[in-house]
Amino acid sequence: MARPDSDSDSTRARLRRASRNPRTLAGAFAFALLAMAPALTGWLDEPFYLDLATRILILAIAAASLNLILGYGGMISFGHSAYLGIGAYAVGIPAYYGEYSAAFQLPLALGASALFAFVTGLVSLRTRGVYFIMITLAFAQMIYFAFVSIEEYGGDDGLVIDLRSEMGGIADLESGVQLYYAALTSLVLVTYLVRRVVRSRFGLVLRGSRDNDGRMQALGFNTFRYRLACYVLAGMIAGLAGWLLGNFTNFISPEMMDWTRSGELIFMVVLGGAGSALGPLFGAAAFILLEEFLSGFSIYWPLGFGLILILVVLFYRGGLDGLLDRGARTTRSTGPSNPSSREPERCSTDPAA
Amino acid sequence: MDFTLVAAQFLNGLQLGVLLFLLAAGLTLVFGIMDCVNLAHGSLYMVGAFVCATVTLATGSFLLGVLAALPATFAIGVLVEVLVIRHLYQRDHLDQVLATFGLILVFDTLVHLIWGPEGLSFPLPQSLNGQVVLPGNVVFPVYRLLIIAGGLAVALAMWIVITRTRTGMLVRAGASNPRLVNALGINIRALFTLVFGAGAALAGLAGLLIAPITEASIGMGNEILIVAFVVIIIGGIGSVRGAFIAAIIVGLIDTLGRSFLDGAMKLVLSNQAAETAAPAVSAMLIYILMAAILYFRPQGLFPPRVR
Repeated sequence: MARPDSDSDSTRARLRRASRNPRTLAGAFAFALLAMAPALTGWLDEPFYLDLATRILILAIAAASLNLILGYGGMISFGHSAYLGIGAYAVGIPAYYGEYSAAFQLPLALGASALFAFVTGLVSLRTRGVYFIMITLAFAQMIYFAFVSIEEYGGDDGLVIDLRSEMGGIADLESGVQLYYAALTSLVLVTYLVRRVVRSRFGLVLRGSRDNDGRMQALGFNTFRYRLACYVLAGMIAGLAGWLLGNFTNFISPEMMDWTRSGELIFMVVLGGAGSALGPLFGAAAFILLEEFLSGFSIYWPLGFGLILILVVLFYRGGLDGLLDRGARTTRSTGPSNPSSREPERCSTDPAA
Repeated sequence: MDFTLVAAQFLNGLQLGVLLFLLAAGLTLVFGIMDCVNLAHGSLYMVGAFVCATVTLATGSFLLGVLAALPATFAIGVLVEVLVIRHLYQRDHLDQVLATFGLILVFDTLVHLIWGPEGLSFPLPQSLNGQVVLPGNVVFPVYRLLIIAGGLAVALAMWIVITRTRTGMLVRAGASNPRLVNALGINIRALFTLVFGAGAALAGLAGLLIAPITEASIGMGNEILIVAFVVIIIGGIGSVRGAFIAAIIVGLIDTLGRSFLDGAMKLVLSNQAAETAAPAVSAMLIYILMAAILYFRPQGLFPPRVR
């Protein structure tokens, strides 16, 4: 996906090539399956699976947002669950005061996420490597503790959201199926948006800065601004996911922004393959299904989960999307898009930095 | 606000700072020398607490608990280094973060498996359970005073080991140029393992020291780990001296902020506004401090000169 299609390609040739690309096929299949999921679960009379699918979609949006900064921007944010929480509280707090309109809640979710991303980005993007990881982690923890200590909104216990956002006739989110389609539409839009952004000049600067920031600066780009803009955009997308999550769970507590949630999001992105358009969806689906599968066995399921995580890191690189990529490798000549295959990022205490 | 209360809270802050230093020292050494982020450091803190609690409850002696937990956490640290961490040194930070995140899940679940979901608490021995009256009529628990003294002693010992002994010299040399040290015939792998084990034992020490006050519980290390991160970010990653100073600063600001911020805010805000805002602000205080320091010094207060 890193290779821009040249204009001389005819549409038919492109389609033919795409139909032979396992990744495109898998993507088309996945979205077709997702579009039909409510009908399937309705037919099977298993509403639980619809809930599972909705959860996958929402987390896929959050993972797509993290993928934008982590996969394409090389910014390993360990505080992404903060935006899920901010988005969800943007449903919960207005609802607490009797304001249910999505026309109010959604802009609030996006605006608050953007503001948080902007302010924390101003500080954290001045650093690189391990500092960036730890600072994003610390900022997320800060917002976590802030909500824990605000008694008015339930503190540790959280807030129950009695009514979902009112969409003013466009959709009725109280219906599980309609909420599902709202999430699916959002995911499609977000995936498209990320793709457009990454392929734009903006995205090229971003990826250039990931691979060699000094060179991009020497070319005259103020990479800090590009990275900050990208960071804010990602924050807003994750805020959208949080807004959906708040509506989905009808409940919000600080636990949603616990730092281990951020770690799970990173795992989803890496599992799916960092820096790939459909990776987040695959990663989120694999993560949730694995969790569901393992937790069916024993309450000690995190043990297996942790071991799988360690083994994936030690022995398997490139994510699920990389698996599909291998099938397509013959027709493609792009460089590795996975940041883990790049040179190890050195800490900024390096005297050369 | 009378003097004795302020003094007692000051000592409480010092005690938190000392604990944070014990935790942060291992973290910053492992990062400074091996260039490796270890999220599972908090797990050793938890294991130290659980082992000490178990042995103390079984034998009735807190001292035996301490003597059992220190080698145990050292051994577990060495084991983890050999099995997992060693393979991550050449990897990028993302891989290190993920794998050590996996380790946290493994540790938390194993502790759940062995000790059950409940926490483990145990009483202090009589000799440590009392209060002392310090000059100025400040009444303070003996045990907390012991934590401060013990932590300061460990900090001093670390300083001596790192700056005055051959091992410390090798550690410093390994931090600035591991390949060269290796070429000079020093087994750098063994040295790394040793440092990692020592860091694990320090984390275990911090955990077992706090266990009689709170209790040993699952996930106890995960929350304080983030504060330890804040400490080493403020201090400059890789610097033990920076970690010490930052730990004391963070410990004091956090404790004093929680105790006195609402009073201070009442001076400028209405009573009710202060009551609502103070807990949230004091919970965020150390992170705001971190952000402010980083804004002016992105590499922390004492970045190591050679890396």
